[in-house]
Amino acid sequence: MAKRITAKRPAASSKFEELMTGTTVFNVPLPADPKALKGMSPIVIKQPYNIEYIHSYGQDSPFFAGLSNKKLLGTKCPKCDYTWATPRLACTQCGGETDWVELPQTGRVHTFTTCYFGGEEFLKETPFHLVLVEFDGVDTLLLSRLLGPGQPEDIKIGMKVTAKFRRNSQLKPTDVYFVPAE
Amino acid sequence: MVSGGVSKFAKARPDATFQKIVKESFDYAMNDVPKLKHSMIDGSVVSYFSDHFTRQLMAGIMAVDYLGLCPKPNKRIEGGGATGGLCFQAGWEAVASGRMNVCAAFGFETMSHVPTWKGNEFIALASDVNFDYPVGGFYSGYYAMMVNRHMHEFGTTVEQLAMVSVKNHMNAYGNPYAQKRRKLTIADVRNSAMVAYPLTLLDICVMSDGAATCILADEETAFKLTDHPVKITGVGTGTDMMRMSDRPHGEVLLAPNEKKGDYRNLKYPGVHSFRAGRSAGLQAYKMAGVTDPLKQIDFVELHDAYTSSEIQTYEDLALCKYGDGGKFVEAGYPFMPQIDYGMKLPMKGTIPVNPSGGLIACGHPVGATGLMQAVFAFWQIQGSIRKHYGSSELQLKKANRGLIHSHAGTGTYVTVSIMERGW
Repeated sequence: MAKRITAKRPAASSKFEELMTGTTVFNVPLPADPKALKGMSPIVIKQPYNIEYIHSYGQDSPFFAGLSNKKLLGTKCPKCDYTWATPRLACTQCGGETDWVELPQTGRVHTFTTCYFGGEEFLKETPFHLVLVEFDGVDTLLLSRLLGPGQPEDIKIGMKVTAKFRRNSQLKPTDVYFVPAE
Repeated sequence: MVSGGVSKFAKARPDATFQKIVKESFDYAMNDVPKLKHSMIDGSVVSYFSDHFTRQLMAGIMAVDYLGLCPKPNKRIEGGGATGGLCFQAGWEAVASGRMNVCAAFGFETMSHVPTWKGNEFIALASDVNFDYPVGGFYSGYYAMMVNRHMHEFGTTVEQLAMVSVKNHMNAYGNPYAQKRRKLTIADVRNSAMVAYPLTLLDICVMSDGAATCILADEETAFKLTDHPVKITGVGTGTDMMRMSDRPHGEVLLAPNEKKGDYRNLKYPGVHSFRAGRSAGLQAYKMAGVTDPLKQIDFVELHDAYTSSEIQTYEDLALCKYGDGGKFVEAGYPFMPQIDYGMKLPMKGTIPVNPSGGLIACGHPVGATGLMQAVFAFWQIQGSIRKHYGSSELQLKKANRGLIHSHAGTGTYVTVSIMERGW
């Protein structure tokens, strides 16, 4: 069982968080004297900005197909052997086209952090650990989540970690995550 | 550079749209050189980072038309956090190429239109949306991972990071343009809310509404306008791969004051150093004839979005060797000699870094930030801090040559420009 990470947020804050809720107003007073208009308070309204995008993973798509089949795929340049843990189809070392290869599912923590806050989309998931994972024989790193350790102090650079996969794929890079190796 | 202006940076400016905030900084710059007539400006460059924050496409031209600079040439410059620094250099290019005799470079950001965590989401969209953003996109998290590796490689400590925060907040105490003017201790920084381990709320800059303007001119015109122009003697622009997981683990790009043997076991840049910052610095040093930056540069305004990135940047700019950034601040080098920081330092500062208070204390309205640094550096070199700040407390005695540094992404675009006394 994964231990719960204890949030280090302060229990009491000296100010309320600004909210986007408010009251509907249909008109506002106007000073009778036009000279007073420059001293008028600004009118602030709320505008929605919601968009759904069609996003293609394009040439990166096999990585996500790999995750839904419990495989971690990277790419390797056939000319210079440079191997990418985060796949890219063009080798920046020699300009050649790379090939898909299967990566090892055990690696080491190259570096890490624990996020107690985050972008709005991820705020509800905080606190969580981020790690960059290094693999033997692979030249670059992979960004992922680490589950298991309770506190950042429990994570050590160099510690061995193993990939785990969601059973029901979300077709997101978080279909894979890492846990400390047994 | 003949003049500059900065709007007072604030958490929110509901009283004005971005056009009016830009005009405040532009009018300030124009009023500072009365000989410069509006008709003498040949064109302009404008910068803002995010269309998401503005919710107005082509906002650049709306600032330009508000300033009455139509139908003269203009373009928008954008490059993440380095947007302002890139705009400054684009203005320099317009003049250096001979296309314009006088060019106005201005930039802005109005970040208060969304709550802080939505703003962090917008900023995180400046990371790869296939592989990085969906894992938990959060720039403070990315920088925290970089500094954890820096600590692992070099033994950098959280107290050294906190010293940067104390220094920059204290410097800002004398800067009326700054958003946060606070006297802090190392304990205050460490005891504030943990945001992304080990970075606390006081290790990280804030979001702001603000604008800044720089007026650039060729040498002949500059001396007609002012007796105290500042000369731009070196420019450099570096880049690196968007995903920090892709950065190489190879050999250090050596500065003129370094040798290969200094870095026998260091894999570079990895995620602990900014190769783009080193590249930009080396280009600018070469152009300005700087071979020993610690001795030949009098002060630095650098992109301290995080206390950790200030320490990393000391190293990129070769003010000290890679790995010595933490010791560099601990020794006292980047402090101002005349300010009491409420802590014992082994020596008086010799190369003040962020005498204005930097991003951490002044604020970071992204498209304005790199230009704000140029304005603060310009006033330092002119010796006109008293005139513009209302007090000479932050005026450096020796400020003949300054360096400004603007930085995007996880070190994706970095600009370095060197400014010198021109008279």
